[in-house]
Amino acid sequence: MSDFTGNFWSVYVAVFTLVGILACLLLLWITARKKVTPSADNTTGHVWDEDLREMNNPMPRWWMWLFVLTIIFSLGYLVAYPGLGSYKGELGWTTHGEYTDEVAKANKELTPLYAQFTAKPAEQLAGDTAAMAVGERLFMNNCAQCHGSDARGSKGFPNLADGDWLHGGAPAKLVETITQGRQGNMPPMAAAVGTPDDVKNVAHYVLSLSGSPHDSLRSQLGKAKFTACAACHGMDGKGNQALGAPNLTDDIWLHGWGEQAIVSMVNSGKVNVMPGQEGKLTEAQIHVLSAYVWGLSNKPTKVATARP
Amino acid sequence: MQETPVRKIIPIVPEEEVSLYEAQKKLYPRSVTGLFARWRWGFVFLTQLVFYGLPWLEWGQRQAVLFDLGARRFYLFGVVLYPQDFIYLTGLLVISALSLFLFTAVAGRLWCGFTCPQTVYTEIFLWIERKVEGDRSARMRLDAEPASARKLLKKGTKHFLWVVLSLWTGFTFVGYFTPIQTLWAEAFTLSFGPWEWFWVNFYAIATYGNAGFLREQVCKYMCPYARFQSAMFDRDTLIVSYDAARGEPRGARSRKADLSMLALGACVDCTLCVQVCPTGIDIREGLQYECIGCAACVDVCDTVMDKMNYPRGLIRFSTQNAMAGQWSKSQLWRRVRRPRVLVYSAILVALCVGLMWSLLERTPLKVNVVRDRAALSRIVAGGKLENVYRLQIMNATEQPQRYRITASGLEGLALASESEFDIGPAESRWVPVRLQIGYGSAAPGSHAIEFNIGDIAGESQVSEKSIFLVPR
Repeated sequence: MSDFTGNFWSVYVAVFTLVGILACLLLLWITARKKVTPSADNTTGHVWDEDLREMNNPMPRWWMWLFVLTIIFSLGYLVAYPGLGSYKGELGWTTHGEYTDEVAKANKELTPLYAQFTAKPAEQLAGDTAAMAVGERLFMNNCAQCHGSDARGSKGFPNLADGDWLHGGAPAKLVETITQGRQGNMPPMAAAVGTPDDVKNVAHYVLSLSGSPHDSLRSQLGKAKFTACAACHGMDGKGNQALGAPNLTDDIWLHGWGEQAIVSMVNSGKVNVMPGQEGKLTEAQIHVLSAYVWGLSNKPTKVATARP
Repeated sequence: MQETPVRKIIPIVPEEEVSLYEAQKKLYPRSVTGLFARWRWGFVFLTQLVFYGLPWLEWGQRQAVLFDLGARRFYLFGVVLYPQDFIYLTGLLVISALSLFLFTAVAGRLWCGFTCPQTVYTEIFLWIERKVEGDRSARMRLDAEPASARKLLKKGTKHFLWVVLSLWTGFTFVGYFTPIQTLWAEAFTLSFGPWEWFWVNFYAIATYGNAGFLREQVCKYMCPYARFQSAMFDRDTLIVSYDAARGEPRGARSRKADLSMLALGACVDCTLCVQVCPTGIDIREGLQYECIGCAACVDVCDTVMDKMNYPRGLIRFSTQNAMAGQWSKSQLWRRVRRPRVLVYSAILVALCVGLMWSLLERTPLKVNVVRDRAALSRIVAGGKLENVYRLQIMNATEQPQRYRITASGLEGLALASESEFDIGPAESRWVPVRLQIGYGSAAPGSHAIEFNIGDIAGESQVSEKSIFLVPR
């Protein structure tokens, strides 16, 4: 790494480090050779504040050898580890390398564990307590930020526990969603629907599909205009998982419930993104996660029945 | 302490040059018998029986005292402590500190002289040394001898026994953290884990070095406690004192001579008090910081006084005031009950009682409440407003428990998720909890609520505060 154009600062730091160590050694050598003559009352003759006298209580010699040991240690350390300017040390140790090693070690330890998990289909894995404990931790660390710690989401973030799926709830679909992410795209449709009043009528028709409180006259008028929406949501309003178009008949409102919320959705549209986790999570982790999420709204298959 | 006797110095030949570093002079403490030596051995046996014996004690299906650092569970006989119970350790430390203040105020460095591990292990190591090499003079002769098979055998035996004892000490220490039965089985196949290897050897080396070689050097140069303890003395503190008024002028005399006819004090200048001293000081020079209050010199001087038919107590536990005022024993003991001692005692008793009470009354259930940070609040089907929480339920008993969760604090507040959970023995689990109120039944903003968690049997009950958020 060249922070500077030359290696001047590296040499500068290295020289000061070595000079400092040598100065310590020199100081030890001088004090070890030095002889003093204590006075008869065992004081050094130093007096402060009129009557505070310094006693002559010499340091034990083994303590001096500890100093020498630290110097030997520091020299050994500087040879083995980075510390002397930009010298990398004989062992080639780096914090990044240590991190990589630890990750590799952890992955090696986890490989057999995840191998057990990937060997089972998700439907069966959802019944495995150990796997689900891992799945829960993965979910808490990677998913709960948006979907909530109970996976029931909030406005704009889908509930994963209610059995209602925008893109399909089969484990394979969940793996796809987690790996690649999703982009939900509701285009602004006001122009296609018609006048603002038409939009309001469509909103009441949409409310009527789930039996929510609505104005039945407006809903009657809106029904004809719903053809603009049917391309994605279907004529019956039950949505289309291939397009990620929500089911409008199930009284589940990801982006808010009521006339106002629907009108604003038709007028402005919405792009909602689920980021893909490929590269951040391993395939095995995604497999465990898909089983965990699937298990939130399904009963796990019994091992005995899974293998006919 | 303003009138500490100025330490008199053994006359150094004037103008003699000395190094700035002092070579350690090897001490050969002579063995001693007597009242205080018996007390010390009593404490050696007591402390070591507890230390070496405790890890082998079983409590039900497990080790009675085990500090499981990996699982963060601390088993103390019938009690399971969590890291959250750290306050008890604080209480224990405060009690230890106060006991120290109390004992030191009453009788100086009692801890140092009788129960400190440094003293206790040095005593045990010295005992081994004496059994193998002989007492003071025999050891001095042996060290002065040229190398020989006999010397090698004696030294080798001593070090072998020291190493065995040190390793056993290190092993026992680790046995408080790893189940000692497992550790014992592992010892035969030498299959300790890396940390177990490290700590067994670390404590073995520390024991071997401190008790075998460093000995008084630890007290003189390394122990901070040795230094601040003397700051807790006052003029009514019992310290090992030489009665200079009675002893001086010292000198040798015939045992048959009549003391009243001699121009001498009671001190026969036998120097036994110096020979038995584990820190190598001469107590006749007055209170010195090296003195650990072990009273070996008291014991040995009493035996000499007995031989001379002089009254005992030329060196004795006494206070500076008593020495200066020639007080009688009853006068001296009356001053022991001074306000300082009484206050220390009162606080100490209060703390001990408080700690015991709180440990016995402790609820074996702990709960942490964490509001979900992702969703502040959400509207759900049925016109309800929902908040999400995660509750960490910690079962501090050793039986599986079924806990029931309820919440209160807002009108119509109800639990929408599972309300009962089974938690295994000494297990801790995070459970998601959803609370709902009717939409519009509470004003927008933050509302204080309370979770109540208790076992089905109703033996333990815990309340934890939290908030319920209502959006605008």
